[in-house]
Amino acid sequence: MKKLRLIAGVIALGLAANACGGAKVEDDSNAAPSASAAGSAAASAAGTVKIAINPWVGYEADAAVLAYLMEHELGYKVEKVTLAEEPSWQGMESGDVDVVIENWGHEDLKKKYIEEKKVAVEAGSTGNKGVIGWYVPEWMAQKYPDITDYKNLNKYADLFKTSESGGKGQLLDGDPSYVTNDEALVKNLKLDYKVVYAGSEAALIKAAKQATDQKKPLLMYFYEPQWLFNQVKLVKINLPVWEEGCDSDPKKVACDYPPYDLDKIVSKKFADTGGKAFDLVKNFQWTNDDQNSVADDMTNNGMSAEDAAKKWVEANAAKWQAWMPK
Amino acid sequence: MVSAPVRTAPPPMPPPAPPVPGPARARRLVRWAGPAAGVVAVVALYAAFRGTAVLPHDDDAALFHWLNDARDWVDANRNSSPIFLYVVNYIRLGVAELYTLVQGGLVALGWPGLIGLAAGLGWLAGGWRIALVAAAGFAGVGVLGFWEASVDTLALTLSAVTLSLLIGIPLGIWAGRSARVRRIVTPVLDVMQIMPTFSYLSPILLLFLIGPASATIATMIYAMPPAIRITALAVQRVPGVTVEASESLGATGLQTLLKVRLPLALNTIMLGVNQTIAAALSMVPLVALIAAPGLGVDLIRALARVNVGAALVPGVAIVLIAIVLDRVTRSAARRREGGRRARAVRWGGFAVLTAAGIALTPALATEFPEQWQVQVVRPINDVVDWIEGHWYVFTGFLNDTVAYGLLNPLQDVLTSAPWWLVTAAVLAFAWRVSGPAAGLVAAACLVGVAALHLWEHGMETLTIVLVASLITIAVGLALGVAAARSRWFAAGLRPVLDAAQTMPSFSYLLPAVALFSNGRFTAIVASLIYAVPVVARLVEDGLRAVPATVIEAARSAGSTDRQVLWKVQLPMARNSLLLAANQGIVMTLAMVVIGALVGAGALGYDVVAGIAQQEDYGKGFAAGVALVLLGVMLDRITQGANGRRSPHKKRNA
Amino acid sequence: MGTAAIEVRGLWKIFGPKAGRIIGSPDADLEPAQLRAKTGCTAAVRDVSFQVRPGEVFVVMGLSGSGKSTLVRCLTRLIEPTAGELLIDGQDVCAMSARQLRDLRRHRVSMVFQHFGLLPHRRVVDNVAYGLEIQGMGKAERHEKAGRILSLVGLEGHEDSYPEQLSGGMQQRVGLARALAVDPEVLLFDEPFSALDPLIRRDMQAEVIRLHREVGKTMVFITHDLSEALKLGERIAIMRAGAIVQVGTPEELVGAPADDYVADFVRDVPRSQVLSLRWICRDPEPGEPLDGPELPAGTVIHDAVPAAMGSDRPIRVVDGGELVGVVSRVDILGAVRPRTEAPPVPPVSAGVSGEA
Repeated sequence: MKKLRLIAGVIALGLAANACGGAKVEDDSNAAPSASAAGSAAASAAGTVKIAINPWVGYEADAAVLAYLMEHELGYKVEKVTLAEEPSWQGMESGDVDVVIENWGHEDLKKKYIEEKKVAVEAGSTGNKGVIGWYVPEWMAQKYPDITDYKNLNKYADLFKTSESGGKGQLLDGDPSYVTNDEALVKNLKLDYKVVYAGSEAALIKAAKQATDQKKPLLMYFYEPQWLFNQVKLVKINLPVWEEGCDSDPKKVACDYPPYDLDKIVSKKFADTGGKAFDLVKNFQWTNDDQNSVADDMTNNGMSAEDAAKKWVEANAAKWQAWMPK
Repeated sequence: MVSAPVRTAPPPMPPPAPPVPGPARARRLVRWAGPAAGVVAVVALYAAFRGTAVLPHDDDAALFHWLNDARDWVDANRNSSPIFLYVVNYIRLGVAELYTLVQGGLVALGWPGLIGLAAGLGWLAGGWRIALVAAAGFAGVGVLGFWEASVDTLALTLSAVTLSLLIGIPLGIWAGRSARVRRIVTPVLDVMQIMPTFSYLSPILLLFLIGPASATIATMIYAMPPAIRITALAVQRVPGVTVEASESLGATGLQTLLKVRLPLALNTIMLGVNQTIAAALSMVPLVALIAAPGLGVDLIRALARVNVGAALVPGVAIVLIAIVLDRVTRSAARRREGGRRARAVRWGGFAVLTAAGIALTPALATEFPEQWQVQVVRPINDVVDWIEGHWYVFTGFLNDTVAYGLLNPLQDVLTSAPWWLVTAAVLAFAWRVSGPAAGLVAAACLVGVAALHLWEHGMETLTIVLVASLITIAVGLALGVAAARSRWFAAGLRPVLDAAQTMPSFSYLLPAVALFSNGRFTAIVASLIYAVPVVARLVEDGLRAVPATVIEAARSAGSTDRQVLWKVQLPMARNSLLLAANQGIVMTLAMVVIGALVGAGALGYDVVAGIAQQEDYGKGFAAGVALVLLGVMLDRITQGANGRRSPHKKRNA
Repeated sequence: MGTAAIEVRGLWKIFGPKAGRIIGSPDADLEPAQLRAKTGCTAAVRDVSFQVRPGEVFVVMGLSGSGKSTLVRCLTRLIEPTAGELLIDGQDVCAMSARQLRDLRRHRVSMVFQHFGLLPHRRVVDNVAYGLEIQGMGKAERHEKAGRILSLVGLEGHEDSYPEQLSGGMQQRVGLARALAVDPEVLLFDEPFSALDPLIRRDMQAEVIRLHREVGKTMVFITHDLSEALKLGERIAIMRAGAIVQVGTPEELVGAPADDYVADFVRDVPRSQVLSLRWICRDPEPGEPLDGPELPAGTVIHDAVPAAMGSDRPIRVVDGGELVGVVSRVDILGAVRPRTEAPPVPPVSAGVSGEA
């Protein structure tokens, strides 16, 4: 009893000492840096940049090159915060994230965090064109030429049955955090399929490779830019054509995914105080092939993110020098 | 044979009276008639009502929208509502501050300083052996190339443990002293411990946003129950006569607490600290999902890349940290006061080791030297690739057998049966096994799941859990019995179980994913690796706890080993076995939920999606609650472990 | 009054719900088993009254479950009595405030426990000094005092040991020293030696007798061992089912048991070593010679054997110079002979048996 009261007292004192008038979440934007950051804070006077790392390798490729340039050319310390897409936006509010380097649409989040809360701002296109869609291995498209039309998918549903799909055809999706309308699409297009989540990009890739090597039927959610397209031939299913606004209600979507112009989002604070690092982020722009080459090195050639970035930077001086702040 | 039921005064001594042969058969028939009739009734009702009163999943349930709106409200008022301005945000700030402080301190020590400090503490707690373990363990983390991430993890763990102890120990003392407090605290702790860790991430995120503060709080919630429980137990266990002696000399309550209760409880409380640390470390990978730095990040990333080698190494680093902290606190718990000289040696050694480490810090590189690090990722992956390539047929066969043979049929039954029938069946079963109170609670939990609009997903999760627990208990029982019967086998098994128990649960997903690709069976395999050690250990301990004299008596009556096992050891270890089943099921649930990360779907997926996708927040939140309800239900059903309430006990009373 | 060191009047202790209501109701007279069945309460101490004189060794004896340990704990309210009066040195213990009660326990009454209750994390000297420590005495002073007490109980040289390094008997000496260290007026012993081996128990009993002689404290001694009670007790109270059945000197208990229960208890006691001649002397028969040896009435029978053997005349038993009766050789032999089966109150049928 007494003890508890004592503790309550201590906490109350602490609160009182902190400040009157309450605490807002941005107040601690610099709280809790990671070991790497604090350890060499003195060495990198330029400051620390917190880049969110979303869970697909293309994103990591962007982040790797940016981080490499910030550290080696601008003298910043980079802290990589591994997070899913939507929590990354929240991170810009809480101060745990400065940069989201490859954003896929997310108009709703832009509205909330950029327009309403004003904690984030756009920082332009990455130059990458994003495509999301459903894919089958090439051999299936050859064997069943009409399979690429979504209207015929029900005809082939039996092919895609697995132990996990409960008697229906299986549509394999990736990480639960990815941008996806698949459940709604299956429902609204009246497809006899069940969405099954593989859990990660790597699981999708593994499935695609097995489907190609072992000629196993597979229908899966996938996206470009992705290095896998250089290794494995996949054919996209034609869903009803996307038109502006056809996907505005996520529950009623019955059309393909839109073409994405992948862009960069930074926190308001970083935009205001990020200095050269912010300029670099703003200027950063490259092609899908650039991203794929770095991602390929990271995934298949056993390189660390830093090594892969270094290789690209050394080979493409002209490109990145154009991004450097004047 | 006695024909007439002659009732004589019961002999004074036989506690578990053996069934009397003659009339017992009839009695046994009567005993089984009820359950048999129940089973028949359930089957008949299922046949009659199949497909009616099912509750198919609906993503659009009003409750989910309502929860989403609540989330939006919180989001909009985070910086204006007084609750946030004056309470929640301060907690977040304070916890973040604590983490920064601990983390800054550890970093400032530098790696030589930290290794020195660890060795010093080891020396202080248990002499040169422990000092060596501590130094080697921390150095090993550096050698694996994960020094910085390990420091972050260590900082997070220490912050969470500090908070857990600050709250847990006083609460534990209070609970230990007052039966009323204990009555209130115990069920809360029960729920906290049953709760799958996943389920409370959503509410924490809502209140405290992402970041180390949330991670520390989540870890604290998970790590606190053992601190409270063991402290309460320790205080309760202080011999009454010692307390009485102190009171008889006129000590005040405070004097008795400080001079008698706490010193006597100290060793046990240290064990509580030990358990708290272990619990905190097991949360490390999970909190990486909400942006906590540390080894968990590497684990999760490796998981996303299905890179077994890359996940195994941080996993091993966590184990090393766990071993060091475990050994140090465990020997601190065992320590005895020595003479003045021994004390001087202890503190002197501590000072020397720590000072040596810290003195080296400025002299050596700030980062752990790269040339000392070893690369093990590649060779591990080569092995995994080989297995993947060669065992494909076998693993695929296993996967399909379990999926088509067990999972799908069971899931079909559970999802096509009317919800009231499932609930009634659970009620009857739990009532029978663990008594009326447990039955009612279990049934209420199921009704709760239905009310959350998550019936179908709940049944899917339940299916996986039931199948996984079945396999887990069978394997654990077999291993435990074998270990109890053969010292040789036990000696071989022990280190394997030890290692399996200290590994963070997430790392089990990886070998499972590598072997069985994604899906429910992978989650089952992972939960098998996770829960079997505990089950096996409880079974073994239970069997070993059977008094030697009883076994001797059975042997002297000419029993074979098999008879001793079936007629003496297993019946006498009943409570341990039930406890093992209980633990196995609760742990399986926790792991199956995490299995959502590798495609096990159902409620676990809802929770993950709720964290990752805005529009799924409400569903994820509700799924977290549903998981708690399922956990409580499963726990209550197997609660017969308490033994006291078992209906079979009344037989001869 | 006021002369009694401890005075207990109508003391009750009932465990269970609404225990207070039972006293005074008809339920109070129920047997313990019936009471528990009816009310769920357990009456551990039932209407107990007795007095202990200053300097006396008062023994409470009973089988386990008879309520004796509860009774002794009620004396300093370690267990709160349900009803009754309790005076220590004339002061009403039940009326004491928590602070006064603490003072009583700190300075005037201390207790020795069956299972020692030592603090395993403290050295012997710190255990002994514990009572002084909680009184607030400085370290040097209390250690000095504890050292003296330790030598009194024969434990010099063990100051720096830890309790677990000592044998059971030595641990209980520590417990004894701890109780003595505060220099109390009254020492309470709760079955202090029943956890010890028989030989050590005998040593410890001798120790208590010696200490009693040296320090002269009032002692209340709880035991379930009749021989221990007879050995130590100046007066003995026999408890059964929470109530005192009989209070008296060892002689009174053996010679005149109040009921079958007590008689059964003392049945195996060698009467010749407890009873005095007073208990077996009789009026001289007509014609009996009255010139035999003369012994005081308080002589224990056993001690009268040589005199009886040395003379063929009956012994003349005198009390304060006055003849109270005679005892013949046959009478003495009859009393000394170990009885195999005896009725509760001995109309000693002086039968001839093979051993005689």
